[in-house]
Amino acid sequence: MAEQDIALMAHLMRRAGFGANRDEIEAKATQGYDSVVKELLNPESQEAVEEDLLIRYNPSYFEAAAIENNVQQWVWRMINSPRQLQEKVALFWHMIFCAGHSKIDSGQEMGLMVNIFRQQGMGKFDEILLALSTNPGMMYYLDNTESHKANLNENYGRELLELFSLGVGMDTDFNYSEDDVKACARAFTGWNIAPPYPPFPHGRSPWEFRFDPADHDTSEKTFLGETGNWNGDDIIRIACEQPATARFLARHLYNYFVADEPQVPAWRLTPPRDQSAIEAMEKAYWESDHSIKAMLEVLFTSDFFKDEAVWYQKVKNPTEMVVSLLRMTGEFRGYQPGLFEASQEPKYMGMDLMNPPTVEGWHTGREWIDSGTLVERINFASDLLGNTELEGVRSLVNRLMARGDKLSPEQFVNGCLDLTGPVVLFPDTMSQLISHATQEGELSHGTDAEKTDFTRRCGEMFQMIAATAEFQFE
Amino acid sequence: MVQTKKDPVLAVLSLSGGNDGLNCIIPRNNGFYRDSRPTLAVPEDQIIPINDEIGFHPTMGPLKKYWDEGKLAIFVGIGYPTPSYSHFRSMDIWHTCEPEIIGTEGWLGRATKQLDANSENVLTAVNFGRGLPRALVMDGVPVASVGNLETYGLLTGIEGENQRNDALDVFGRMYAPAIGTGAVMDYIHQTGTDALKGADILSTAPDKYTSSVEYSNTAIGQYMKNIAQTHLAEFGTRVLYTTSPYNGFDSHANQAQANAGLLTDVSNTVDTFMTDLREHDASDNVTLLLFSEFGRRVIDNGSGTDHGAAGVAFAVGEHIKGGVYGTYPSLEPSKQEEGGNLKFNLDFRSVYSTILEDWFQLDAEPIVGGNFERVKFFA
Repeated sequence: MAEQDIALMAHLMRRAGFGANRDEIEAKATQGYDSVVKELLNPESQEAVEEDLLIRYNPSYFEAAAIENNVQQWVWRMINSPRQLQEKVALFWHMIFCAGHSKIDSGQEMGLMVNIFRQQGMGKFDEILLALSTNPGMMYYLDNTESHKANLNENYGRELLELFSLGVGMDTDFNYSEDDVKACARAFTGWNIAPPYPPFPHGRSPWEFRFDPADHDTSEKTFLGETGNWNGDDIIRIACEQPATARFLARHLYNYFVADEPQVPAWRLTPPRDQSAIEAMEKAYWESDHSIKAMLEVLFTSDFFKDEAVWYQKVKNPTEMVVSLLRMTGEFRGYQPGLFEASQEPKYMGMDLMNPPTVEGWHTGREWIDSGTLVERINFASDLLGNTELEGVRSLVNRLMARGDKLSPEQFVNGCLDLTGPVVLFPDTMSQLISHATQEGELSHGTDAEKTDFTRRCGEMFQMIAATAEFQFE
Repeated sequence: MVQTKKDPVLAVLSLSGGNDGLNCIIPRNNGFYRDSRPTLAVPEDQIIPINDEIGFHPTMGPLKKYWDEGKLAIFVGIGYPTPSYSHFRSMDIWHTCEPEIIGTEGWLGRATKQLDANSENVLTAVNFGRGLPRALVMDGVPVASVGNLETYGLLTGIEGENQRNDALDVFGRMYAPAIGTGAVMDYIHQTGTDALKGADILSTAPDKYTSSVEYSNTAIGQYMKNIAQTHLAEFGTRVLYTTSPYNGFDSHANQAQANAGLLTDVSNTVDTFMTDLREHDASDNVTLLLFSEFGRRVIDNGSGTDHGAAGVAFAVGEHIKGGVYGTYPSLEPSKQEEGGNLKFNLDFRSVYSTILEDWFQLDAEPIVGGNFERVKFFA
């Protein structure tokens, strides 16, 4: 099998999923790129998570109120779900449609919201927005529950336009006016939840969406130039017909799946990194009647995605860092105890899942890295990848041994890099690793003592690879 | 303004989960207290009196010593308007000083930025625990976050001292400034170099440390020991922060026993910490602040208490002017916060402002987001 096919498949699995172990990557490369993309885009063609078994092994996940159980269950799915793109897309929307536990204070509501992203995330954008706008957690988080015919609260109306659909502006122009914000908020009056109170101090009870016609502003509204007695679903329809919405989605998809872009507030003034890529996805949006899946299909099958120039052009977010390493090393496949601690790791690295810092979400790219989070990332990655007791790491060592009875330091370093990614290093980093490996000379594994030494050196080399600046990217 | 021999240092112990103020600083002669706490009221003869009205929980004897010395400030009725009953939200409010909007910067991150404007010392602020509390978050402010000081560092999984030292040498060279690798890579190299530097310095602290005191073998005890070790190593650290085990004070059930254990641990640890610093003649420039995100419901639920509003906080130190600050909130049902909780009368931002101005000599207003009345609790 061509090395290039394996490298491309590894790239696809890092982006369209949470990475994979070497055996899976090779099997998928044999299966063929287009066929794998097709499977990813059609999750129903892949095995589903066995929900009954999941709950049987983890009773604490069942209708769990505690946030930790909901986060843990999600991390489990990211590791184990054969429908990898579905989980990746759920995280994509969670990072855009930000609502957080710090205010909602119900892990169950957060779990339900993420499940919408999982089930509907590749569907028609209008339907995704409708599901979002009728999600009790979101209505509460953005104060639509406090927005009344007689006393308007603009929070949801504004964020729907600014962060969830059109974006502030494109090609230097602004996409909407303050009057549009007001009209939008007025159209969503009466979109409320029941029971109305927050879970404390009266105790928790599950929420459901409730439209209150008596509290809905039925007067005429002009929204983005169209006048009528608009309700929330009209607003969604009009918003989804805007070129700005297609642009905003295309840029978000590019930023998440292809390469890091500047932070979202800069997009009005900063042109896309790859204009033609954005246009290709916009075209798919229009031709498919607003299908996210159609945009993703263009993305994953295009040259701009396969191009080596965009490989490793994204700083891994903490969830990607943690889950991809667990998948690579074979940890928590199936129903193993102990996932709680691992599921908290993204939080230690600055990404508290289901609890984004604000409605604007996490700042991504280089902003994932600071001196505290870098230490967490490096130590987590190197502890895991350097642990030659783990089945997944053991199998990498065996593969290296199978590459020859004797390995030169260069062959050894290149082999380690190939099997853990493949990871591509800058020449300076590469020469440091080779000179380190050269100190202990050639590797062989004929005797038991040599085997032990070979294994130890693999573990150390994996740790150093995991510690490189290059390893922070995917 | 307080004069210290060395640069002033703030240590913070956050009591996570909502410490029950009513059973910590107890309104000992109050009939409403006994009526409201059929299960949990502490018998009057066990309470350690502070004055005619209030007293310490029986387990807090070690803190009483600092009260008698005039080195303990007790803040009662502390909170903020429109209380949130969510742990996460309320803790965020205490961290960011933003009760209305969701803030992203922490008050101590902002303070650190002012204490070390050019980020000259990578250890100006150090957190003990996993993950950075939002109080310390601020763009461009490097903060080390230490899970365990004894083992803190990079590549700690490599066994054998020589192997690890070799690996760290390689790491140092791999993260040296590189040419032509791009802005993001440059930034990560710089950050890696800072982190390695911070870890190198911090890892020397335990070896430098000797003491006759013994900290309790609990998370609170060990993290406070790490704080003492770091302070005594004189790295120029000005802000030292730690959090008790997550939501440990969330005493919905079996509160009597659980809280006695927690308060014993906290009181003993504060005493050990102060004794340790005094033994090393290093207590003059340290103020220790203890707070929790909220107090608890006035009426007990038969086994514990539910989330409440106003609570208590403490400051200990050589330059503290001992006393009770704020007014003990009324327990009369008609004077309670909606939902059966104590009403606050002392804004936590007043306490922060006083620390920032009188202790750190910083301008408090931009850090806490407003002008709050100062509480004169420094001598």
